[in-house]
Amino acid sequence: MTLKQTPSQTIGPYFRYALTPESYGHLGIVNGNLLVPGIKGEKIRIAGRVFDGASKPMSDALVEIWQADAEGAYPPSAEPGKFSGFGRVETDKQGEFRFETVKPGAVPGRGNAWQAPHIAIILSARGMLGHVFTRLYFADETDANTQDPVLNTVPAERRKTLVATRGADGIYRFDIHVQGDEETVFFEV
Amino acid sequence: MSTNDDYNPRDWAIHPPYLDPSYKSTVLRSPRQKLIPLAQTVTETTGPQYDARHIGSLGPDLTKSARKNGEPLGERIVVEGRVLDENGRPVPNTLIEIWQANASGRYVHEVDQHDAPIDPNFLGSGRCVTDAEGRYSYITIKPGAYPWQNHHNAWRPAHIHYSLFGPSFATRLVTQMYFPGDPLLAYDPIYNTIPDPEARKRLICDFSMELTKPEWALGYTFDVVLRGRGATPMEN
Repeated sequence: MTLKQTPSQTIGPYFRYALTPESYGHLGIVNGNLLVPGIKGEKIRIAGRVFDGASKPMSDALVEIWQADAEGAYPPSAEPGKFSGFGRVETDKQGEFRFETVKPGAVPGRGNAWQAPHIAIILSARGMLGHVFTRLYFADETDANTQDPVLNTVPAERRKTLVATRGADGIYRFDIHVQGDEETVFFEV
Repeated sequence: MSTNDDYNPRDWAIHPPYLDPSYKSTVLRSPRQKLIPLAQTVTETTGPQYDARHIGSLGPDLTKSARKNGEPLGERIVVEGRVLDENGRPVPNTLIEIWQANASGRYVHEVDQHDAPIDPNFLGSGRCVTDAEGRYSYITIKPGAYPWQNHHNAWRPAHIHYSLFGPSFATRLVTQMYFPGDPLLAYDPIYNTIPDPEARKRLICDFSMELTKPEWALGYTFDVVLRGRGATPMEN
C-alpha cells in the first residue's frame, strides 16, 4: 500500500440539500422508492426508527440501503429506469425512515455458502464521526437465517436486532438503536 | 471467493473513534458494543455505481445552480483533485456529492439558525464524477466559518463536505475538506477527533497557483484516498 486512507468526518446536520434534496427543488440521485416498472419479485415496504442512547429519535440521520434483486443479483451499475439496488432517505421528525422495494433473493456468501436474503445498511448522522454498517434480515426466512454465515457470527442474544418483523400492516419494521440496551449490531466490514 | 477480493479494513489509526466527548453529540450517538467483524461478501464488495448520468440539476459549478439575480457572493474557487485507492490506483467514474455553507457561514438548511445572511444565488450543493484517471473538479465559493453550540464560542473552520461511493459498499466515505492556514482548525473538536495528526493534515486542501485562474478564481487541490484491496491477485 502506498497511500493512506482519507479520514472520515461526520456527515453533520446539513446534508439534506445535497443528498436528499427534494424539498429544495432538486432530485436526489435516489430516494426511498426502489420500485421500477416491470420489476420482478415481491414488493415490500420497510419502515423503522433510529434512536440514540437516550432512546430519543434521531431526526437528522441518513439511512442508505444496498440490496440484491429478487433473484439475488446486485446491479453492476445504476441504470436510469432500472432497479438500482440502492436507496437513501433522511429520517423524519420521529426518527422514522421508509423504503419501498422488492424482497431480495438469497445471494452467494464466501466459499460455497449462501446468505439469507438481506439488505445492507449504512447509517450516518450528526454526532457520528463515521458511518456504521448493519444488515437487515427477514423474520419469515427462518431456515435461511439459521444457516446464514454472517448472522451466525453474531452472539445469539443480539441477532434479533438484525431481523425485521412483519406487522399486521404488512410492513417490515426495523428499528436501529445506535446505543443502549437494545443497541443494534454494527459490523466491522 | 478469494480473499484478494476483500477491501482492506478501515484504518482506525486514521479514522476518528465513534465516541469522543469533546464532540458532545457523540456521547449518545456512538455504539458502545464492539463492532462485529464481517468477512466481506458480494454484498460488501459490490456497491452503488452512479455516474455522470445522475448529476441532474446539481452539477459541478455551484456558482451556477441556484442563480436568481446574479453571481453568488464570496471568493470564487476551483477545487481539483483525484480519487485514488490505497494502492495509488485511480478510482474512475465515481460520483462525488458535495455541500457547504455560503461565504457568510450560513447553510441553506432549514435547521441552521446562524444569524448570517442566506445568499439567494447560492444553494451550496453539487455533484461531480471522476474521469478515467480518477480526476474531479468543481467550482464554488469559499465557505465561511460558522458557530455551533458544541461548547462556548465554538466555531467550525471553513469546510466542504464530501460524500463518495468508490467501487463498493465497503469503500463508502463521508468526510470534510478544510482550508490551509485556518486558525480554527486547532480549536475544532471534529477535526481533532482524528487520532493521527498527520492524517488530519490530509483533510486540508492545498492552495495551487497553477490551478488559480487569472482574474477569475483561486485554485485548490484535494485528493481523496479510499480503501483498496490488499493483495494483488496473481495474473494467470
